[in-house]
Amino acid sequence: MTFPAWVPTVVEAIYFSAAVLFIWGLKRMSSPRTARQGIVWAGVGMATAILATFFLPGMHNLGWMVGAIAVGVVLSWIIGRRVPMTAMPQMVALFNGMGGGAAAAIGALELIRFNAALLLVPDTASIQPEAWAGAAAGLSPVELVLAFVGVLIGAISFTGSLVAFAKLQGWMDRRFVFPLQRWVNLAIFVVAIVCGAIALAAGIDGHAFAWGWLTAFIVLALVFGVAMTLPIGGADMPVVISMYNAFTGLAVAFEGFVLQNEAMIIAGMVVGAAGTLLTQLMAKAMNRSLGNVLFGNFGGGGGAAQQEIAGSLKPIDANDAAVMMAYAERVAIVPGYGMAVAQAQHKIWEFAKLLIDRGVKVKFAIHPVAGRMPGHMNVLLAEAGVPYDLIEDMDDINPEFPNTDVALVIGANDVVNPVARTDKNSPIYGMPILDVSKAKNVIVIKRGRGKGFAGIENALFYADNTRMLYGDGQAAAGELVTGLKSLDG
Amino acid sequence: MITGFLALYIFMLAAFTGYEIISRVPVILHTPLMSGSNFVHGIVLVGAMVALGHAQGAVNIGIGVVAVLLAAGNVAGGYVVTERMLEMFKTSKVSAAPSPEKKR
Repeated sequence: MTFPAWVPTVVEAIYFSAAVLFIWGLKRMSSPRTARQGIVWAGVGMATAILATFFLPGMHNLGWMVGAIAVGVVLSWIIGRRVPMTAMPQMVALFNGMGGGAAAAIGALELIRFNAALLLVPDTASIQPEAWAGAAAGLSPVELVLAFVGVLIGAISFTGSLVAFAKLQGWMDRRFVFPLQRWVNLAIFVVAIVCGAIALAAGIDGHAFAWGWLTAFIVLALVFGVAMTLPIGGADMPVVISMYNAFTGLAVAFEGFVLQNEAMIIAGMVVGAAGTLLTQLMAKAMNRSLGNVLFGNFGGGGGAAQQEIAGSLKPIDANDAAVMMAYAERVAIVPGYGMAVAQAQHKIWEFAKLLIDRGVKVKFAIHPVAGRMPGHMNVLLAEAGVPYDLIEDMDDINPEFPNTDVALVIGANDVVNPVARTDKNSPIYGMPILDVSKAKNVIVIKRGRGKGFAGIENALFYADNTRMLYGDGQAAAGELVTGLKSLDG
Repeated sequence: MITGFLALYIFMLAAFTGYEIISRVPVILHTPLMSGSNFVHGIVLVGAMVALGHAQGAVNIGIGVVAVLLAAGNVAGGYVVTERMLEMFKTSKVSAAPSPEKKR
C-alpha cells in the first residue's frame, strides 16, 4: 500500500496526542468524580493510535493483523464484561500478563530480525573495520541492549502474571515451596542473564549469535517468571501484580525505544513509574517490604510462641444485634473480603440504609488492603451502590472509633486484630490496623471459628465488648435487615 | 530518530510524570487506577502491529500474530474492566460537591 508522503507525519502527530491523552486520562482518574471521563479519554487516544498504525508505510500481513486484533479484542471484551467484581485483581493480572507477553514477543522478533540480517552480512568488520556491522542490521548497540532487557522483563511479567492469575482464581491453591528454592531461582536467573549476555556480546561485536543462546535466554526468562511467583502467598499477590504491572510498563517503554515509537516510550515509562510507586504504597499498607514479599516466607512456621489470648467468644443473635445498632448514634461497618465472597454487600448496604433512615450515623471503614488489592473493597461497595462519601479511609476513621457505639465487622479478620499492636511475636505485629477494638461495642459476623489469612488467632473476637454473630455473611445480613424491619412493626 | 541522551530525557520526564500523577490518587481509586495503567501499557499493541507488519517468514509472522493477539487482549480487557469499575463510583450528595481528595 502506498500513501501520500505526509501520512507518516500525521501518524506521528496522532501518537503524540495519544501520549497526551494517556497522561491526561490518568490524571482525571485521580478523583472519583472525573475518573470515568479519564478512562474514556485514554480510550480515545488508544483507539486513534491503533487506527493510525495501519497507515504507517510498509506494513504487511494486514489480514493476520486484523484477525489477531479482532480475536484478542472480542475474547477479552467478553471475559472483561462477565467477570464478577470480586475477580477484578486476577483480571488485572491476566491482562497485564498479556501485555508483558506482547512486549517480550516484539523484542524477540526484533532480535531475530537483527540476527538474521547479521547472518546475511557475515563479516563486515573485516571489510570496513570502522563501521559497526550491527548498523547494517538496523539496531544501535543501545537499542540492542534495551531489546534484550525488554524481552527479559516482559517475559518475567508474562509468566509471573499468569501464575498470579491462576493463584487468585483458585486454580493453584497452595504456595509451592521447596528447600533452597531461593538459590534455585537465583541460578535460573543468572543462567538466563548469561545466555542473553553471550548473544548480546556477539551482537554488539557485530557477529551473528547462535540461535540457541537467544532461545535459552527467552525460555529461562519465562521459567524464572513462574519460579519467582510460585512461592508467594495469596495475601501478597496484589503487591506482586502491581510490580508486574510496572514491569510490563518498562518492557513496553524499552521495546518502544527499539521500534522508535514515542507513544510506547512515554506510556510505558509513565506506567512503569506509576506502578513502582503503587507497589511501594501497597507494600507499606501491608507492613511488608518488597524484598520480604518476594523472598520472605510469611506464616511459614517457627518463630516465638504467640501470646495466649484470654477471654471467651460470646455469641449474640441477629435480632439483638439489630436492636443494638438501631438505637446507636454512630455505627461503623468494617467490611472485609469475606463479605464479598459471601456476596453480602448488597444486604449490608440495605441494612445501612435502614439505619440511616432511623437517623443513625453510618460510616464504612476500609482498611487499605481490605479485599484483595488496595481499593478493591471500594469497588465492591460501589458495586452494591454505597456512595463513596460514606466510605472512610483507615487514617480518617481510626480516631473516631472511641466515639463509635457499634462497630460491625463482616468478613474482616487480620486487619482488625489488635494483636498487631500488642504482641511483638505475632507475624502481623506492626501492621497498621483499624482500631475496631476501641469502639464501645463490637459485633463480628463470622461463619465459624476459623483463623484469618495469616493464620493467627484474633484477640478482638475474645474482647469483653465483642459479640459474635455466627452465620453465613449474606444470611446474617439478611437477618439483621429483618430484625430492623420488625422493630417498626 | 531518538537517540542517546534525548531518549534518556524522555524516559526521565515520563517517569516523573507517572510518579506525580499517581501520588495524588486517593486509596479508594487504587484498584481502578492499577487497572487503568494496565490499559495504558496496552499501547504495546501499536508496537506489536509494527513488528508484525514487518515480519517475514512463517516463524516471525507467527510470533508477530501472538504479540498482536496478546496486546489486543491487554487493550480491550484493560479498558472494559477499568470502565466497569469507574462507572460504579457514585456520591450520595447530588449537588453539594463532596471533596473526594481530602487526603493527598
